[in-house]
This record gives sequence, structure tokens and C-alpha cells, in this order.
Amino acid sequence: MASRAQKMPTGLRILSSAFVTLWLIMAAFPFLWTFWGSFKVELDFFSIADWSYALTGERTKAAYGQPFTGAGYYGAWVQEEFLKNVINTFIVCFFVVLTSLTIGTLGGYALSRSSYRYTFWLLITALIFRAMPPITLVAGYMLPFFEWNLWGILPTTIIVLVAINQPFTLWMLHSFFQNIPKELDESAKVDGCTQFQAFRHVIIPVMWPGVITTGLFSFLLAYNDFAVTSMLLAEENRTMVPQIAAFLGTTYTEGNIMFAVAAVVSATVPLFILVMFFQRQIVGGLTAGAVKG
Amino acid sequence: MRHKTFFWFFLPTAAAMFLFIAMPIVSVLIQSVFTPHEAVLKEVETCTPLVGCTTETTIDQEATSALREAKPLGRFVGLDIYLDRGHLAVAEVAEIWRNSDSLGAFFDRLGNLPFYRAMGFTLTFTFLVTPLVILFGLMVALAVNAVHARLKGLVIFFSLLPFVITPLIGALVLFWMIDSRGIIGSAVQWLANDPGLSLKASSGMVWIALIVYGVWHAAPFAFVIFYAGLQTLPKDQVEAAQIDGATRWQQVRYVVVPHLMPLVTFVALIQLMDNFRVFEPIVGFNASAHATSLSWAIFNDLGGETRQLSSAAATSVMTIIGVAILLSPVLVRTWRDFKGKT
Repeated sequence: MASRAQKMPTGLRILSSAFVTLWLIMAAFPFLWTFWGSFKVELDFFSIADWSYALTGERTKAAYGQPFTGAGYYGAWVQEEFLKNVINTFIVCFFVVLTSLTIGTLGGYALSRSSYRYTFWLLITALIFRAMPPITLVAGYMLPFFEWNLWGILPTTIIVLVAINQPFTLWMLHSFFQNIPKELDESAKVDGCTQFQAFRHVIIPVMWPGVITTGLFSFLLAYNDFAVTSMLLAEENRTMVPQIAAFLGTTYTEGNIMFAVAAVVSATVPLFILVMFFQRQIVGGLTAGAVKG
Repeated sequence: MRHKTFFWFFLPTAAAMFLFIAMPIVSVLIQSVFTPHEAVLKEVETCTPLVGCTTETTIDQEATSALREAKPLGRFVGLDIYLDRGHLAVAEVAEIWRNSDSLGAFFDRLGNLPFYRAMGFTLTFTFLVTPLVILFGLMVALAVNAVHARLKGLVIFFSLLPFVITPLIGALVLFWMIDSRGIIGSAVQWLANDPGLSLKASSGMVWIALIVYGVWHAAPFAFVIFYAGLQTLPKDQVEAAQIDGATRWQQVRYVVVPHLMPLVTFVALIQLMDNFRVFEPIVGFNASAHATSLSWAIFNDLGGETRQLSSAAATSVMTIIGVAILLSPVLVRTWRDFKGKT
């Protein structure tokens, strides 16, 4: 119950509403604008003549007879076979999430149930590893991977992303498992279960909320990565993000920039859907990490 | 949990981290003291009747590739790569130091050396974006906390978008808007009444644009965490402050901010780590002419036709040292806390 003393003066209320509105525009407008612009021709989206062309679609009308066109999407998906990159991205994300959750769950569980001193050092090591910029590690992979012919293929990238993901996964799952009472698996052990059986039959059924949240962040890391995927994948195995960068590098000629715009919008859609369905888990995951610190 | 059980549970994740994080660090360390072999030269004597014999020096392709095959690391050069012009540039720095009459001129010329240029931007970005993110995130959190409860879900939904978006894509989306032909670029030209004005033209503007991107991308993270912290704010403390006659600003300053302090530390730590690795926005903004970062320098060395692995490795090692220095206060504090507990 807000008492009268806590009620905001009108001026402050208007000010904060205005600020929130401003922030909403800053957060959402760039996406809406790019989405809108992706259905135009380049001369409308990047208008030298008159910025209002981007709204009315003058040049698009002149070229296609209507103010909207799917030419950018056609170019990206059909001409440049963006679908291949999309499939690669989802293969990478699926296996990264699966593997890193499997091994991370085991490791995080062990960390939360062991009271020895080395768990502290392992967590600190993980924190240091978390701080490493991935690109510095990539510099270390190149030569061995070339020598052993591992460079350029999807499995290599998947295992590298899993490893880069581990420190974060461990921290997150460690704090989730600490919130599951120790008495649960200890009583199972008293009943004669081994540690693994206790984990299998008692912990696994109750761990899903934490695992799903951690999985979301693993997915985001794999999906959003640019440093590793652009350096470790051969051209024919590229995922979406390096492919978009490649669009920019090679096709800054007229018209083709719209391929990149269309590809960017296409790559944003899965993230949009993700936030829509898992907003609560993402917020929960962020704050869980912070509270545990 | 017994040691043996712990070992088997922890083995897979430890193996992954050992092989793909610890070993690469060793690998960059080794690579950074080796450089590719020079081509093997050979003298060939060609004799033609009537003209006579000439000796030519050519590259012995076979021997060169054999040598490269046998020793892929290259030849050992010690710390030469660290000290060369592309990295610490010791000779050049000494020369600049001697010839500059003021400190300003010294730093000005230092900024032309690639490593110091990258270092300068990386540090500026890290230490400007981190506090700005915290400040802006706190302001949004306080403002959202004051708006109508039904709007909060919507606000959080849209706020998360800049945070979850792929950094490269987020940078491109903003870049296309501030491009001189984009909507914000045109608006700025119209406001300044200068059709030639371009945000991409001056280094200062590009730096500001990159920092704006950094804040835009990370502010939602700070906002969500601070907002969650505000929900646990003890009401009685706020009321006590009110009864004591604290103004709204004083309540924020002396009650809310101290309550959120542990979260501020957390956000600052994560942001320092993440901002120090800034590089996608530089690629997305196509800004390498005006701003480079350490990560970008490594990326640039690794990419392209000539993969300069040694140079990239040397920069990587120095970046890792930078991260270590950045993290050291946190590590020392954690160590003290841990000591105190046991």
C-alpha cells in the first residue's frame, strides 16, 4: 500500500513516464525501423534525396509498382542461400546447448555438493576463464586446428563454443543446485543410493527450471557468437552471423546491401520469439546470477 | 561428496575447459615467441652456351615447404614480436619520447602506433561505458519502478531486445540508422543544416557512436538487475527516512543506492569483462579507420589471406595480461573474503 507520503508528485511522475517512454523508443525503434526498411529498396532505406522516401517508398514504387518489396529477402534466401547458414546456426546451437548442459549439470552439481576447499579454486578459475576474451583463445586454436585438419568444420566449432560456455554454465548451475536442499540427495544416499543414483532419481526431476534458464543463456551465447564462428568455420559451413558479416564485406554494391538488411531481420526473429516466450526465465537467470554474485 | 565421486562428476567439464581454454592460452604463449620461417634461398647456376654462366638466387620452394612442414611453429625469436612496431614498439616509443616537447604531443603520436591506438580505445570504451551503463540502468530501473504496474511487463520485454540481440546485428542496426543516408544521420544533417555532415567522418563522432552502442546494448542488463533489487528494498527503511524528513533524492542517495551496492559491484565486474573485449561494434560500424580495440587487432591479424598467427598471439597474450590486471582487485577481495570465512 502506497501511503500518501510515498505518492509521487505529479511533476516527477510525468518526468519518469517520459523517461520510460524515451527508453522504450530507444530500445525498440531501431528494430522496428530496420524491419520496415527491409521491405524497401536501398535508395529508400538509405535515402540521399529525401528521408521521407523511407516512409512512402518512392523508389520502391518506381521499381516494383508497390511500396513494399520482398526483393531483399529473395536475394538473401534464394540467391545467396541464406537458408544453409540458418540450418548451420541451428545445428550449432542445438548441440552446444545439449552438450554444455549435460556436462555443466554434472559439474555444477558436484561443485554444489562438495565442501572441500578446491571447489572454491575451481570456481575462481572458471571466473578467470569467463573473463578471457574468446578471440584471444581463437588465436591459440588456429595453428593446432590447421595442423590436425580440424579447422573449418561444425563439430570443432561446437566443442569450442561448449568449452567457452562452461565457466558461465558452471557458475549458474552451481548457484541453482545450492538452492536445492542437500537433505534431498543425502536422504536418498542414506536409503542406499550411490551419489549418481541420488542425482539421477532425486535431483534430475527437480532441476529443470534452473537448467532451462541456463540453457537459454547457452543458446544466446552460441547464437550470438561472432569471434569463434567467423574464424573457425570454412566458407561453406558458415553460420548466420559470419555470413551477414560476409555480405557486408563483399556486397557493398548497390542493391546487395538490402540482402544484409533482410538477413539481419531474419536473424533477429528467433531472438524476438525467444524473449517473447522466455522473458521470465531470462530475467530470473540474470537476477539469480547477481544475487549469488 | 567424496573426492573420487567429485572427480568423475567434474571430469567432462574440466576436460573441456582444460583442452579448449587452458591449452589455447599455452598455445598463444608459445606461438607468440615464434615467427614463420624465412624462405630458404638457393643459388642456381644457369649456363647457356655462348653467353656463359650466371648465378641466381631464388627461393627454394621445396626446401621452404619441407622446413615449414617439419617445424610448423616457425623459428624462435624470443620477445621480438612483442617489441616490434605492431605491438609495444619500444624503439618507436623511445624515439617519440625523445622528440616530443610536451606530454600532449607524446600521447598524440603514441596514438598512431597500432597497439597503443587499440589500447587507448579499449580502455576509454571500458571505463566510459561501464559507469554509464550503471547510471543509465539505475535511472531506467527507478523510472520503471514508478510507472504503472501493468506496463512493467511490456517495458521489460522491449528492454531485453537490445541486450539479447547479437552484438554484430545490434551494431549494424544502429549503424544503418546513423549512416549519413540513414534516418538519424539525415536528421543530424538537417538539424545542423549541413548536408555534408557525416557521423562517420570524424574519429570523435565514431567513438561517441560506439559508446552509445555500448550503453544501449548493456543498459538493459543493469536495468533488469537493479529493478529486481528494487523489489526487495525494505519498506520500513524508506519510511524511516521519510519520517526523518529525507527528500526524494536523499532517499535514493542514502537508502536505495546502498541497498543496491552489491548488485552494482556485480554489474561493474561483468561489464568490465565484457567491455574490455569490445570488437563486434567496430566491425559492424565499419569503424576500424577511427577506432580499433585489442580484440579487433587480433581478429584483423587472424583474418584475411595472410594469417599472422604470431602477431595475433602476441596481442592475445597482452590482452590476457590486461584482463588479469583488470580482475586483480576482485580476485584479491574474493581471496580475502574466503580467508576470512575459513
